[in-house]
Amino acid sequence: MKYIFQFGIIAAVSLIGELLYVILPLPVPASVYGLVLMFVLLCTGIIKLKWIEETADYLLMIMPLLFVEPSVKLMTSFGIIQGRILPLFLMCIVSWAVVMIITGSVAQFVIRMRKKKEKRTEEKTNG
Amino acid sequence: MAELLQDSIYFGVAISLFAYWIGVKCKEKWNFPLMNPLLISMVLIILFLWITKIPFETYSNGAKYITYFLTPATVCFAVPLYRQLQALKENMGAVLAGILCGSLAHGLIVMGMGIWFVLPEELICSILPKSVTTAIALGVSEEIGGIAAVTVVGVTIAGLSGNILGPVLLKWFKIEEPEAQGLALGTASHAIGTSKAVELGEIQGAMSSLAIVVTGILTVVLAPWMASVLATL
Repeated sequence: MKYIFQFGIIAAVSLIGELLYVILPLPVPASVYGLVLMFVLLCTGIIKLKWIEETADYLLMIMPLLFVEPSVKLMTSFGIIQGRILPLFLMCIVSWAVVMIITGSVAQFVIRMRKKKEKRTEEKTNG
Repeated sequence: MAELLQDSIYFGVAISLFAYWIGVKCKEKWNFPLMNPLLISMVLIILFLWITKIPFETYSNGAKYITYFLTPATVCFAVPLYRQLQALKENMGAVLAGILCGSLAHGLIVMGMGIWFVLPEELICSILPKSVTTAIALGVSEEIGGIAAVTVVGVTIAGLSGNILGPVLLKWFKIEEPEAQGLALGTASHAIGTSKAVELGEIQGAMSSLAIVVTGILTVVLAPWMASVLATL
């Protein structure tokens, strides 16, 4: 029975997400309102992790299955991508590599700066 | 027969479940990155519908009910984010700076290449949110006028690239800090990249799953703005 309660909570937060989507004039998907709301509820302790944990993990596990129908829809867009497959593919690969390199390098830079700073304060307190 | 299929929603549901199940079995049997259950089930179903000449709408009529679970499933991303709360607090600067720079660079490259290749705006908008997890990418794509199906394929390419080429790229560009490696994989290749990050180490895995959600939320903010810039060009 606990799964019913768990899914009930998740469904209720989804519902509030959809309500926010209708009320607020921002280009934010309803599911993201729900995600942020759920995160806030967990952080504030209004919802306990154990109230939703098993159902949440299950839904996340089967998630790729939920994209099968939207991806099969590709067959209805063959017209527009025809003759543009190579540029689209290149665009995906190049932009992917750029994100990897930039995010990794910037994050590494910030982490090394912090480590250096920590080391210096450590030396100061020791010396 | 065709009418029977059209009347029953279970036609779409059943072939979706079986095709995905075949995909999972293939992945278990051959541990090769292209053996992605979503990719396999997509190809199988398109081939099946094409051979049997069943229209997409007949299939979608039932299969769309599976997709209805997408909103609650996306809401559940709050759970891994909450579990990584400590890692998020400790690395706040690196997480925000890395993901923000990466996401901005991604948008610029996609728009630049899109304009260079003279692609229609709806295709560029379909690729703009492709770094993030499919659930959020679909929502963003819809908001900015992209084609959902093209977005799904873009997301899958980004994920598979991370799984196949990710570690090589990290090595070439000397990204050695475990936190930075995880962030790079999660930001560029969402969940499929995270499965590779988990293989690299525990810290990489945690940072990567954190990056999925943060990148997702950031893209929700950035993509519509970029799409509006694109519309004025």
